[in-house]
Amino acid sequence: MSEPKNPKDLKEKSAINSADELFVSSFDLHANNRRRFLQGMSALSILAMPGLSFSADKLPTDKVNTTKLAVTDTEVIVGQLHSSTGTMAISETGSIQAEQLAIDQINAMGGILGRKIKVIKEDGASDWPTFAEKAKKLLINDHCAAVFGCWTSASRKAVLPVFEKENGLLYYPTFYEGLEQSKNVFYTGQEATQQIIYSLDWAKKEKKAKTFFLIGSDYIWPRTSMKIARKHVENFQKGTIVGEEYYPLGSTNFGSLMNKIKLQKPDCIYAAVVGGSNVAFYKALKAAGITGAKQLLVTLAVTEDEMTGVGGDNFAGFYSSMKYFQSLTNDNNKKFVAAFKAKYGKNSVIGDVTQAGYLGPWLWKAACEKANSFDVDKVVAASPGIELKMAPEGYVKLDENHHLWSKSRIAMGMPDGTFKIVSESPSLIKPDPFPKGYQ
Amino acid sequence: MNFSELLNIGLMQGFAGLSLFAVLLLMGLGLAIIFGQMGVINMAHGEFMTIGAYTIYLSSHLTELYAPGLKQIYFPFAVVLAFFFAFLLGWLVEWVLIRHLYKRALDTLLATWGISLAMQQCFRTFIGPKEVSPNLPDWLLDAWAPVPGLDIPRNGLFVLALTLFVTGAVLLALSKSRWGLRVRATVSNRMMANAIGIDTSKTDRLTFAIGCGIAGMAGAAFTTIGSTGPTSGQLYIVDSFLVVTFGGAASLLGTVVSAFGIAQTQSLAEFFLHGSMAKVLTLSLIVVILMMRPQGLFASKVRR
Amino acid sequence: MSMFQALNKRYQLISLFILAILLVVVLPLLLDIFRLNLIGKYLSYAFVAVGLVMVWGYGGVLSLGQGVFFGLGGYAMAMFLKLEASDPITTKIQSTPGIPDFMDWNQITALPLMWHPFKSFSFSLFAVVAVPTLLAWIVSFAMFKRRVGGVYFAIITQAVALILTVLIIGQQGYTGGVNGMTDLKTLLGWDTRTNGAKYILYYVCVALLIGSILLCRWIQTSKAGTLLLAMRDKEDRVRFSGYDVADFRIFTFCLAAALSGIGGALFTLQVGFMSPSFVGIVPSVEMVIFAAVGGRMSLIGAVYGTLIVNAGKSFFSESFPDLWLFLMAGLFIGVTMAFPMGLAGLWESFVVTRWEKYRSKAKGSQSDKAALAGGLQ
Repeated sequence: MSEPKNPKDLKEKSAINSADELFVSSFDLHANNRRRFLQGMSALSILAMPGLSFSADKLPTDKVNTTKLAVTDTEVIVGQLHSSTGTMAISETGSIQAEQLAIDQINAMGGILGRKIKVIKEDGASDWPTFAEKAKKLLINDHCAAVFGCWTSASRKAVLPVFEKENGLLYYPTFYEGLEQSKNVFYTGQEATQQIIYSLDWAKKEKKAKTFFLIGSDYIWPRTSMKIARKHVENFQKGTIVGEEYYPLGSTNFGSLMNKIKLQKPDCIYAAVVGGSNVAFYKALKAAGITGAKQLLVTLAVTEDEMTGVGGDNFAGFYSSMKYFQSLTNDNNKKFVAAFKAKYGKNSVIGDVTQAGYLGPWLWKAACEKANSFDVDKVVAASPGIELKMAPEGYVKLDENHHLWSKSRIAMGMPDGTFKIVSESPSLIKPDPFPKGYQ
Repeated sequence: MNFSELLNIGLMQGFAGLSLFAVLLLMGLGLAIIFGQMGVINMAHGEFMTIGAYTIYLSSHLTELYAPGLKQIYFPFAVVLAFFFAFLLGWLVEWVLIRHLYKRALDTLLATWGISLAMQQCFRTFIGPKEVSPNLPDWLLDAWAPVPGLDIPRNGLFVLALTLFVTGAVLLALSKSRWGLRVRATVSNRMMANAIGIDTSKTDRLTFAIGCGIAGMAGAAFTTIGSTGPTSGQLYIVDSFLVVTFGGAASLLGTVVSAFGIAQTQSLAEFFLHGSMAKVLTLSLIVVILMMRPQGLFASKVRR
Repeated sequence: MSMFQALNKRYQLISLFILAILLVVVLPLLLDIFRLNLIGKYLSYAFVAVGLVMVWGYGGVLSLGQGVFFGLGGYAMAMFLKLEASDPITTKIQSTPGIPDFMDWNQITALPLMWHPFKSFSFSLFAVVAVPTLLAWIVSFAMFKRRVGGVYFAIITQAVALILTVLIIGQQGYTGGVNGMTDLKTLLGWDTRTNGAKYILYYVCVALLIGSILLCRWIQTSKAGTLLLAMRDKEDRVRFSGYDVADFRIFTFCLAAALSGIGGALFTLQVGFMSPSFVGIVPSVEMVIFAAVGGRMSLIGAVYGTLIVNAGKSFFSESFPDLWLFLMAGLFIGVTMAFPMGLAGLWESFVVTRWEKYRSKAKGSQSDKAALAGGLQ
């Protein structure tokens, strides 16, 4: 038995080396570009040989799955845990769609290690205890090999103990406050420092901003983000914070805040207002005569998704700091946007988190193929250093701390509701979930 | 920062308080009318407001599609339409459900809560889970600046005007109209009103529908301030309850005074303290006063 | 009448026995530990429902803020567990080791004063019952002494629920904010996340629940129970007879609050965290529907109602997430319109009446009386 193992392993290795090319190639097939199509074919043909040998003697299930995950000879079961009902459904719909798109594309390419991905969808209903309950179900009852899901920090915090206890695997798509690193979670969005430091430096360098007014919704993410922002402005930029305000989630009453801003006249309003409050906040700014033409405003919380609610008129001239905007012009993104719109309608929009959600299944695929296994421990061990060349946001890689190296970008809101990218970090920014000097 | 700038900010701050007052009053009005008349708390109040808001959104959408030229003037008509839709639905709900439950006031809470759940899911299924905002006419955007540096929000002015109009109309109708007479007669002695030939069940239905209609108008007005989603109603209802409870649920005047008090406290606290602290402070004050005066500011003289 | 009471008592005992068998023997044998843990979670809500039967069914006072008491009990327990989970070694990555992680994120550098008593297990157990009871006493004393009741009381309890939610979310340095208190692992060094621990907690929950039902049943059959019913139906007559109506109501309300607090603590232990999403208006109203579906007059019905509604919620949100809210809405409307006495009422009016008729036919006497009595119950 031990004899045939070696050559097969060798073949496997060759397959892995070409995994990145494979990502590129499948996309090109969508694009129908002939030259690239041929390139893609050649990439596929490299894969095809081990692929054929799979059908003869595919990696046996008891070898890729030694921990009783839901893996059979033909399929592997993963979970998807988002809110499709409740207040968060507005935000999480995009992630659900993007993850589904990625899984469909992977299945169209033959799946992972010769097994098609089957998804079990669970609804967290915007309710953190429900998230915990459903996470338990996905891991204990369904033995999901991986789970893509959660959006708010609260839901992640609720399921985190479950994933650690049951040794599950979670791909979490949202930009978040950092201060967390778990063996069982991969964070495909930006952590706070990646988003904040670049945008503050940009405001200081390009816009000569010295005084900042910090505004956030009252929960953990804005508070932590603003804490980092304050430390950065005061200790590193030698600027001043002239105001720091938090409003309850869902608050729509910003009249007094507008007057405070007018009293302080900050060079830059730095905002992390989320959810329903977001729309009211920008409408109030507009109604108070504070517009992009007169005032610099940088926000951490407006993506294309929020823009549909806020309305281009109200956000025109303000800036948003994200790692991804739909208007990115690289080839990966063009294909991604085309595929997304083909599946979900031409009016659908893609925000930062949607794109990060799309990365999850691909990162998992790459890790499984590198590890030659679905076992959580092996996938986790194989994950650091994984690179995705096909990411719509451009090349990304996974750090040892389970966060992504990514570029940060600043974009200006246009009246028609799109974003125009005005600045991009020259290189990938290292994720730093526990930043020194910012505690 | 010179004196005139400070004066401007003071004026704008005063207006911020006023416009919050208008918002709270408009929210609570429909609820207060229904409660004062029938002792029914309409837990679906927020969803009736959402209906109004969606009416505006749909009208804006249709205007954009079929008559882009009307963008500047569609809004007032849409507000009337919002009243009308919410009124009709209120009428229906009263006829199907509420009238069977007058003897069991507590059960109306549960039944109307059920209605609100069903309505939320309808919004989600038929309109979509995302939050939407209508395209507002230009005269509702921006600020009105009589002097440089003094920016009065136009949407705030609009809501204030609408609130004054609706409140005035309701008060006038209660004191002068036939309906008002019947309502007052029914409230003070239902049995006697029935005996002298007032159709109290018809009066109830009309009152319930009018309360819902006002909720619809309120929701319509709030599209100028925030966005609308399937669960927006949940956000509104909380504030509406507070206003009505604090005012002493049976009295319209109480509702007005309580809206004014809450609005001024909160808006001043927001200016001098912090946003979240202001909310906590206002709420704590309300609780303390309610502990001392559990019937609210203006308790009804009649003990039910 | 005395015969009816004896019959009723025996009938009640039998149905309690059936419930106990179901919870103690049948469900643990039928379900795997994951589902059983879910049942345990539902049973912790059942404490609230049982309390509501006392306040609402017997006392005639509807509270739409029971989540407040559930949450306070749960938070009291969570604070103890959180302190235990935040020992200096596991939290050494923080800038201030030894305090809960969310305090560290909120730049709090020392344990707040309010938290110190919760280092003691016995104090925490005391607080689980005492804090909700105290708040319930303050609220109900202010309201009932001034003869505020009915719908007005219901919306005041809602206001309290709202205010507490805003407070908890706003003071996140002290409470964990929206995230709540998560990652609770051990109770006095005993790992509560193992399967064995879940079984034990489940049985503790069942035992306490049955104990609570017996306590409430005892109160119902005592003179106080009769007076409560009398007050609900003719408040003035009871008052004119010289009883202080308010005192009885305050007592019942505090009892329900204490039960809810115990339920909250058991929830925290079984689920491993507590969050403000249990304190708000929505969960509070949902808890009322548990009692309403089971039957607002029946303690045992309330337990079944809680189990059925929650099992339905889990099942439907797994299979048809879109339909769930419609179904829930249908439950609210249907139960209030058509079956105000809930499942227990249906059971009594169809099954029990038939049975009585059959029995009395056999005996050949008193059929009318027994049927009437069954219908009344």
